[in-house]
Amino acid sequence: MIGHQNMKIVSHESIAADIYELVLEGELTKRMTSPGQFVHIKVTTGNDPLLRRPISICSIDPDLNQFTMLYRVSGSGTRVLAERATGASVHVLGPLGNGFPVDYLKHGERALLVGGGIGVPPLYELSKRLTERGVHVTHILGFQTEKAVFYKKEFEALGDTYIATVDGSYGTKGFVTDVADQLSFQPDAYYTCGPAAMLKAVEAKFKDINGFISMEQRMGCGIGACLACVCHVAGDESNLLYKKVCSDGPVFKSGEVVL
Amino acid sequence: MSRFGIELPGLTLKNPIMPASGCFGFGKEYSQFYDLSLLGAIMVKATTREVRFGNPTPRVAETSSGMLNAIGLQNPGLDHVLQHELKWLEQYDVPIIANVAGSTIEDYEEVAETISRAPNVHALEINISCPNVKEGGIAFGTHPDTARELTEKVKKVSSVPVYIKLSPNVTSITEMALAAEEGGADGLTMINTLLGMRLDSRSGKPVIANKTGGLSGPAIKPVALRMVYEVSQKTALPIIAMGGVSDEMDVIDFISAGASAVAVGTANFVDPFVCPAIIEKLEDRLKEWEIEHIHDLKGRSWMDIGETAYHRT
Ligand SMILES: Cc1cc2nc3c(=O)[nH]c(=O)nc-3n(C[C@H](O)[C@H](O)[C@H](O)COP(=O)(O)OP(=O)(O)OC[C@H]3O[C@@H](n4cnc5c(N)ncnc54)[C@H](O)[C@@H]3O)c2cc1C
Ligand SMILES: Cc1cc2nc3c(=O)[nH]c(=O)nc-3n(C[C@H](O)[C@H](O)[C@H](O)COP(=O)(O)OP(=O)(O)OC[C@H]3O[C@@H](n4cnc5c(N)ncnc54)[C@H](O)[C@@H]3O)c2cc1C
Ligand SMILES: Cc1cc2nc3c(=O)[nH]c(=O)nc-3n(C[C@H](O)[C@H](O)[C@H](O)COP(=O)(O)O)c2cc1C
Ligand code: FES
Ligand code: FES
Repeated sequence: MIGHQNMKIVSHESIAADIYELVLEGELTKRMTSPGQFVHIKVTTGNDPLLRRPISICSIDPDLNQFTMLYRVSGSGTRVLAERATGASVHVLGPLGNGFPVDYLKHGERALLVGGGIGVPPLYELSKRLTERGVHVTHILGFQTEKAVFYKKEFEALGDTYIATVDGSYGTKGFVTDVADQLSFQPDAYYTCGPAAMLKAVEAKFKDINGFISMEQRMGCGIGACLACVCHVAGDESNLLYKKVCSDGPVFKSGEVVL
Repeated sequence: MSRFGIELPGLTLKNPIMPASGCFGFGKEYSQFYDLSLLGAIMVKATTREVRFGNPTPRVAETSSGMLNAIGLQNPGLDHVLQHELKWLEQYDVPIIANVAGSTIEDYEEVAETISRAPNVHALEINISCPNVKEGGIAFGTHPDTARELTEKVKKVSSVPVYIKLSPNVTSITEMALAAEEGGADGLTMINTLLGMRLDSRSGKPVIANKTGGLSGPAIKPVALRMVYEVSQKTALPIIAMGGVSDEMDVIDFISAGASAVAVGTANFVDPFVCPAIIEKLEDRLKEWEIEHIHDLKGRSWMDIGETAYHRT
């Protein structure tokens, strides 16, 4: 169920170049159950910036009533957010959308998690849930450069973790797909989130296995009412069928929508 | 009598607040947040004869205190709207204003005739002001003669009162309002979005795939207010006003400018509870100001002090 709350900032730190970790506290956390869901946050009161910003839930701590988001400062909204201090509050609407299905894999099966840049965060809670179930998890995380790398240790604590950087300053030089080429096993399913080009490349590479793909689109309402965030359905010749990324997604089954 | 009850052609409103077309879908999403029967009315998403996908994405962009959209009239088509969306809305005690769009006059006539027969549709809002489609929409809303002709034709086939939704993208909105009135319109709704654009400063290219989009939100309120102020003095038609409304003071401003009721668009995206919140705060405000009826404020921006039922300094 979608709720809303003014949530308190309990910690707010820079963890990599332009990347911040933000921990929020409040009862709304209790509703957050599925990894891959996102929240829509109003970074400050008033009209500028006006719209909410969609940010993925990165990890959930129900005992402390806290959840964590990782975000990158890119435009006006995230710039304002980065200035909000511990103790202040931000208004959160969520959780929104449908997350990654954790129960798709059984104890002992193998999951491949592929994240690119700021698409990495939702994979963290997912990885925690999968490993709790006894699923073997392998992570491939892609970044532009060494300075942009984050959460490497956190992912390593859950399973094998390979890093690719485009400039080669850390880990394998190249894309996540270059690392995937060298995998020594066939995963039972993959889960991915990141830039559109990466999602396409990952879907094409693993066309023989089932995967779950988290999409992104510019949003208005975030709840399925405004039709800002639609994408086409794969194989639909009429070109009239659509899915809403905010409420039908953001996670789709591989082959379900046009990336 | 309540401070709020309002009678308009086809519409008995329990309060003057309604969500604006395209900003509320067909209500389902917002029904998870509150009881839709709280609303004065609902202006549902534009309906065309055939199903439409709309424009490519990105379809929205943010601007200073506002947003641009180029959804492009995406909707499931007349039959589906009748059989599913409007049917579903019947469970609520709220009048529906159906937003009608099309590419040709015949399209408008067909949709208007059919949709006006739905039991919960109490009025039509004829969208001659969509800035985001190549055919139809605003093409009918920028020439007085075309607007008059379209109004006449739609009036003939509609079984409920007809409101014409005016575009601000014209030299004289008053001229358009008068054309609608001559065509036999029962009321006006105004304003639709203002044509605008945003560029990605780095690439220099438009952010929205359609290149241009319609500007809405608090940024357009001064324009909308000025237009309601002008039009309400020149026509006898009731006006449902919209453009940047996000709190009860905005509502009071539009009523003071001459509107009879007010619609809320973009603000629903910022706060899904905004409509019931405005209704509650508006009632408190009227109590505080000891105003017996919201329409005691109507048109006071241009009336002489002696004429207004309520005057406050
Ligand atoms: C489901 C989903 C989950 C996301 N999760 C994260 C996350 O965990 N961490 C993170 O850093 N970012 C995430 N993003 C991207 C994030 O929403 C944008 O980076 C952010 O909205 C940019 O806002 P801004 O004010 O900095 O940029 P501006 O350019 O000022 O934003 C202007 C408008 O465009 C929208 N916008 C701009 N860039 C994007 C984008 N890439 N995607 C969607 N809308 C955009 C904004 O929401 C705003 O409405 C996610 C996006 C989606 C759709
Ligand atoms: C939930 C969520 C969903 C998102 N979905 C999308 C989305 O669908 N589309 C989108 O544009 N952005 C998406 N984003 C945001 C996106 O990750 C970033 O905003 C931005 O698009 C890329 O940012 P970056 O600079 O961090 O990634 P980059 O640093 O540019 O890329 C990260 C890594 O992705 C891999 N990669 C990139 N391109 C390719 C390629 N062509 N082939 C193989 N591997 C490649 C590389 O390993 C690279 O190091 C999403 C974010 C979140 C949180
Ligand atoms: C995303 C979006 C979709 C819209 N779709 C429609 C529509 O289908 N028909 C219509 O008449 N107006 C449509 N409008 C215009 C609004 O109904 C309203 O006239 C305008 O947004 C000004 O009000 P606001 O500033 O409160 O949003 C749309 C506006 C937005 C932002
Ligand atoms: S953002 Fe409004 S429908 Fe998805
Ligand atoms: S796209 Fe909304 S009125 Fe045209």
